[in-house]
Amino acid sequence: MATSAELNRLTIADAAARLRKREISSLELTRACLARIAAVEPRLNSFITVTEKDALAQALAADRRLGAGDAPALCGIPLGIKDIYATKGVATTCASKILKDFVPPFDATVIAKLRADGAVFVGKTNMDEFAMGSSTENSAFGPTMNPHDLSRVAGGSSGGSAAAVAAGECLGALGTDTGGSIREPASFCGVVGIKPTYSRVSRYGVVAYASSLDQVGPFARSVRDTAILLRSIAGHDPRDSTCSARPVPDYERALTGDVAGLRIGVPREYFVEGMEPAVEHAVRAALKRYQAMGATTIDISLPHTAYAIACYYLVATAEASANLARYDGIRYGARAAAEDTITLYEKTRAQGFGAEVKRRIMLGTFALSTGYYDAYYLKAMKVRTLIRRDFERAFEKCDVIVTPVAPATAFKLGEKMNDPLTMYLSDIFTISVNLAGLPGLALPCGYDSSNLPIGMQIIGAPFAEEAILRAGDAFERSGAIATRSPAL
Amino acid sequence: MGMKHENYETVIGLEVHTHLMTKSKLFCGCSTEFGRAPNENVCPVCMGMPGVLPVLNRRVVELAVRTGLAAHCEIAPRSVFDRKSYFYPDLPKNYQISQYETPVCKGGYIEIAADGGAPKKIRLVRIHIEEDAGKNVHEANASLVDFNRSCVPLIEIVSEPDLRSADDAGAYLRELRSILRYIEASDGRMEEGSFRCDVNVSVHKRGAAEFGVRTEIKNLNSFRFVEKAIDYEVNRQIELLEAGGRVAQETHLWDPVREQTRPMRSKEFANDYRYFPEPDLPPLIVPPAMVEEIRRGMPELPAERRARYIREFGLGAYEAAVLTAERETADYFEALLPGLESARTAANWVMTEVLRVANETGKPIAEAVPAAHEIGALLKMVEAQKISLSAAKAAFAAMLKSGAGAEATVAELGLAQVSDTDTIAAACDAVIAAEPAKLAEYRGGRDKLFGFFVGQVMKAMGGKANPKIINELLKRKLAP
Repeated sequence: MATSAELNRLTIADAAARLRKREISSLELTRACLARIAAVEPRLNSFITVTEKDALAQALAADRRLGAGDAPALCGIPLGIKDIYATKGVATTCASKILKDFVPPFDATVIAKLRADGAVFVGKTNMDEFAMGSSTENSAFGPTMNPHDLSRVAGGSSGGSAAAVAAGECLGALGTDTGGSIREPASFCGVVGIKPTYSRVSRYGVVAYASSLDQVGPFARSVRDTAILLRSIAGHDPRDSTCSARPVPDYERALTGDVAGLRIGVPREYFVEGMEPAVEHAVRAALKRYQAMGATTIDISLPHTAYAIACYYLVATAEASANLARYDGIRYGARAAAEDTITLYEKTRAQGFGAEVKRRIMLGTFALSTGYYDAYYLKAMKVRTLIRRDFERAFEKCDVIVTPVAPATAFKLGEKMNDPLTMYLSDIFTISVNLAGLPGLALPCGYDSSNLPIGMQIIGAPFAEEAILRAGDAFERSGAIATRSPAL
Repeated sequence: MGMKHENYETVIGLEVHTHLMTKSKLFCGCSTEFGRAPNENVCPVCMGMPGVLPVLNRRVVELAVRTGLAAHCEIAPRSVFDRKSYFYPDLPKNYQISQYETPVCKGGYIEIAADGGAPKKIRLVRIHIEEDAGKNVHEANASLVDFNRSCVPLIEIVSEPDLRSADDAGAYLRELRSILRYIEASDGRMEEGSFRCDVNVSVHKRGAAEFGVRTEIKNLNSFRFVEKAIDYEVNRQIELLEAGGRVAQETHLWDPVREQTRPMRSKEFANDYRYFPEPDLPPLIVPPAMVEEIRRGMPELPAERRARYIREFGLGAYEAAVLTAERETADYFEALLPGLESARTAANWVMTEVLRVANETGKPIAEAVPAAHEIGALLKMVEAQKISLSAAKAAFAAMLKSGAGAEATVAELGLAQVSDTDTIAAACDAVIAAEPAKLAEYRGGRDKLFGFFVGQVMKAMGGKANPKIINELLKRKLAP
């Protein structure tokens, strides 16, 4: 039996089984996570808000449900929630000064679902302001450090969630992914993260960055745990008109460990010059492992890959420029003192938004302006269609596509802050998946010479979450790599 | 000035915004009820809180399609919502969800009877769905915002520049409002801001190849203001052109106190709205089956009803227009008809009595006057000469107060008409015997005195005698 010091390192599947058998209580489990948070937060900064009191009350309630018998799968499991989710009565800042004191009067749909499933929320995790960034350095509350190397970034924008899961501050977490914001930090922190198909999970109550790209997804320390979390949050929501009504499969049951006959596409555009040799080596080794397990690999081409970043930074910023217009100081959030309305807007937004957010709002505003709309936004939407078609053609030949998550492992804090274009390249392998609305799984596939985790991405056709989870789980179970807990 | 005006032609196009009569808002479940305490009908969605999403109200689509069908529009099988961006404190998201490139209804027309002349078709450009904004309330030291109206469903009905005068514009607005009320799409209440109008006006010399430069007038919330603002603006433009000036393409505000238009500062309207498709809403699909179902449920429209009244009941154009302007008036009128010999009896009664009482009390007809079957009974008594028309009016007045039925009221007040020839003949004889001088004058050629005798007999009979019989008897008895 695990000692209380180790409880916070259990997988969700393990912890759920022990809770059900009453070997451990949710209160013990939650206390173990809170103790870990207290111990490592000064060094990591994974959380913006720790909700200790609420968490303990939720744990007690979960223990009562567990005692009464039919408790749901996540009952009593401590989770971290990216601070982009509206949580009733708990501050939701989006890591921005402009929402520093904003307390929503409602729960996001996925939060309500997790509550109904008895989950325990230990706190709201750090992120890039309004999910704009790849390193969690664009947070008004300071950056999150990578648990594997405190001088390095955790990735972003969901860096707090990835670091918290890697460091054992919680058993799983929610992130959001607009251009790689779950997969890149998962890769940098050596945990598992999935960006589901666009429309698979409700976006209601998720502070919008780019509405046609944003998608909700979980982090965990195993593919199985990720599947358990995804099952709880996926499904139709009458409050989100873009949310699919398709039934939600039991993802855990898809994890058969069998990949015999699986056709894995390997896009040549994703193994580019300039990527770290260790990354390429680890992903190629993983492909060999798949072949050994009975899968076949097929060379494929996604010819419009080169345009993905340009396309993304037009579509995403255009949508963001409208989505972020509501932060004006009139109804909620921070308000600057001013004599008249125009000045009030200008001062509130100038003081409330960070540099990257301002950059993207300006870029998007420009792209939508009269005289530029056709050349930028409209053209980007056409390119988006071409990128989607690339994948449609590829999936005629293969079942899943395997790529690196990022061209390199976690970079140093501050390394790319003054060079936004280089920063944007961190998402070069993840962005197309959002533009095409596909599901993408990130899981560890090795470590570089500095002991930093390397992530592999498995991309599926729309709603093929079961296929990518099965493939990821099979690799994880093959014992190809031993995942390393950060020595914090 | 009159001469100057004759040299010019006026061109007007109207943009009407009207609330749709739905219980809940366009994109959330909040109530649309008018007159609640400020910020009572609000939720995170219509307050534009972070993370909220719009969900389209199906009823809005049905009412927009109904309006489109009533105005002979083409219904788009697929249309798209767009975001229109501008910063204003009453606009919670600082963008309005509207329809830009693909409105739900295209083309169509409204038929008006211009200046009592031949009917004229005013073509429409489009009808689209959009959300309303909240309302700014300015106080001495603060500006407050009430978001009850935020996200209330609107349709915008845009006409082609087919109107040529303030009268045309008034006729168009009245017809449009009448149609919207008939199809129960809108209550058309301007005073509650549920029917608002922007006007585009230009003038040009008669025979000129092109229209003049137009100005847009905003803030018009009554038909009278629309007509006054157009007249003011047409005068202003003509004076300006005659003085050698040029009309600037600008937006004006109507000042109802000074009865003038004044240009808005360019900052107040110069916006690049940065339209783009709303990513939170899928395209709006209106399948042909839905259009057909809505078409089947359409009521008879005012124009159709007017034509029928003229054709079937032999009413004049004016009478038909008055009776059909409101659906409830026409319905009441038709409910009076069963058992009546002449539709005109009912038409006259509605136009003189029913509408008068409804106007005086400010209540809808159903509440203002007795039920149609009671008034129908009263009118049948008039037609059967059981009571006189003046007796019917007396009975009507009494019924308004007591709420009693027609039969009972006529009986109680003793209004039943006397048609007994012997009784009336006796009264005639008595009057004639009492007025020998007048009789001599009449027989000497003063025909006008006939009325005097009728009046005297009626007085003697306590107002209850059948006037037709009095007339017949007196003609005979007074003859030399």
